[in-house]
Amino acid sequence: MSQATTPRAETAPRTPLDAKAKAALSEGKKAERRLGLLLCLPAILVMAGVAGWPIVYSVWLSLQRYDLKFPDRTEFVGLDNYVTVLSSPYWWNAMWITVVITVVSVVIELVLGMALALIMHRALVGRGLVRTSSLIPYGIVTVVAAFSWRYAWTPGTGYLAELAGGGPVLTEKIPSIMVVILAEVWKTTPFMALLLMAGLALVPDDLLKAAAMDGANAWQRFTKVMVPVMKPAILVALLFRTLDAFRIFDNLFVLTGGSQGTASVSMITYNNLIKGLNLGVGSTMSVLIFIAVAIIAFIFIKLFGTAAPGSDNGGRR
Amino acid sequence: MAGIGGAETTGRKVRWSLLNAVVVVYALFPVLWIVSLSFKSKATLADGNFIPREWTLENYRAIFSTTEFVRALVNSIGIALIATAVAVVFGTMAAYAIARLDFPGKRVLVGVSLLIAMFPQISLVSPLFEIERSLGLFDTWPGLILPYITFALPLAIYTLSAFFREIPWELEKAAKMDGATPGQAFRRVIAPLAAPGVFTTAILVFIFCWNDFLFAISLTSTEASRTVPVALSFFTGSSQFEDPTGSVAAAAVVITIPIILFVLFFQRRIVAGLTSGAVKG
Repeated sequence: MSQATTPRAETAPRTPLDAKAKAALSEGKKAERRLGLLLCLPAILVMAGVAGWPIVYSVWLSLQRYDLKFPDRTEFVGLDNYVTVLSSPYWWNAMWITVVITVVSVVIELVLGMALALIMHRALVGRGLVRTSSLIPYGIVTVVAAFSWRYAWTPGTGYLAELAGGGPVLTEKIPSIMVVILAEVWKTTPFMALLLMAGLALVPDDLLKAAAMDGANAWQRFTKVMVPVMKPAILVALLFRTLDAFRIFDNLFVLTGGSQGTASVSMITYNNLIKGLNLGVGSTMSVLIFIAVAIIAFIFIKLFGTAAPGSDNGGRR
Repeated sequence: MAGIGGAETTGRKVRWSLLNAVVVVYALFPVLWIVSLSFKSKATLADGNFIPREWTLENYRAIFSTTEFVRALVNSIGIALIATAVAVVFGTMAAYAIARLDFPGKRVLVGVSLLIAMFPQISLVSPLFEIERSLGLFDTWPGLILPYITFALPLAIYTLSAFFREIPWELEKAAKMDGATPGQAFRRVIAPLAAPGVFTTAILVFIFCWNDFLFAISLTSTEASRTVPVALSFFTGSSQFEDPTGSVAAAAVVITIPIILFVLFFQRRIVAGLTSGAVKG
């Protein structure tokens, strides 16, 4: 995709100009640097203060025994909290649930999202209608959608409960995980589709026509022409959605409340922290989730190679 | 694409219309369901019918007569608007600098904000809970506005710098030739040209703040700063409402209205903003 090339193409013509101007306008150059830093300063301060410092602080908190119910017994305990969390079956169950939800929902979203992207990209009629309506799941408040699903599956109240034989779907582990996945997929497929559509726009029509001339059928054109060209867009979409799915909280909170062993890692961290008021263990879980996310991101960036956003040729500038 | 005959086009149109219908139904079904629930009367609430048998505005009257909901709505609107305004102003400044100016540390800034965008929010909740408690920010508006700005900034910076690249920068040069300083060029020439992009970004950021649940439930404890998504989750089982289903549905519909309006009026912009910020950007 144009990720790697656009910024270069954009900066290249400026460089010789800048170099020429440097001698004469070094005062202007300095002013430009100052202005650049000045303009970024507020953003940097906020991000450092509200994200940078707390992260460091949470590492520090995770090394303490710190329970707000017993504030007097606060002390430095080294890695004890990590031992506690990593040897807890609840933590591993939550990790397992999170991974299952993430993998299953992202795979389904990729397939449905690709279909939706093709529909939005190629629609002969009513393209605006399709785009407008598919933006609604993206924009709607997750909690609202989650309540809609919850009532739909509530026996007596809901229209879907009948389909399941009238049983209380959301009180059993496997069925409720399936409902959570359904809610996730419904909400985020359009976002996936939009990201993929941006990739589709980069597939040259000539290439598709040439492939058709050479006798490639629709499926071959899709797998042999479109997918390779779209690969960077697919990877970006997958990365965004995987990291987003991994932090699942809202849907689970409303749909199951984390009961019957359906809590995700975010959910059990919340329970330890806000309900249990155990800052030490809560922070330990926070740090572990952060590490898990970093590992996922690392794997994806390995897959991306240089097309990775934020890599040296900075696809995002 | 291929040869277009009259019959073939009609056939294709029918097929596309069917596909479109599938997408529209898929997208709207859960929304229509909650709307329908919100209009059901107490007697018919549990009848499992998709369309209400008896229509009533009772649920809406009920939620608007409680401070619990009205206060939460005020909080939601106020917090989301302030966070959006600040994030967009800071984001515009930073994105302009990143798109146009040469200064040290630019790459680091881009990388770090990308990192924040991908951050698991729960990881920030634990330390922020403790920090805000000690600073007295817990359960206040600023206590929510600050994390919202932080998570909205990366989004704002990417989307805006993508838009800024599309602006004809010769105009800026021309302004500088006419004696404008870089600061003046920014305010007088570029800012008005960038307005559509800024507006799009504001919508995306607002949707993000409006949507948040995790920070709102973790960093608030009373009506003073509780937002609607959180208040909603507390309706359930609350003794204040005999049957929370109708109230939850009505409140849910109320906070969906702004989203529907945005989507209806600014569909094109939202699509452009999401795709440019997330993929091409």
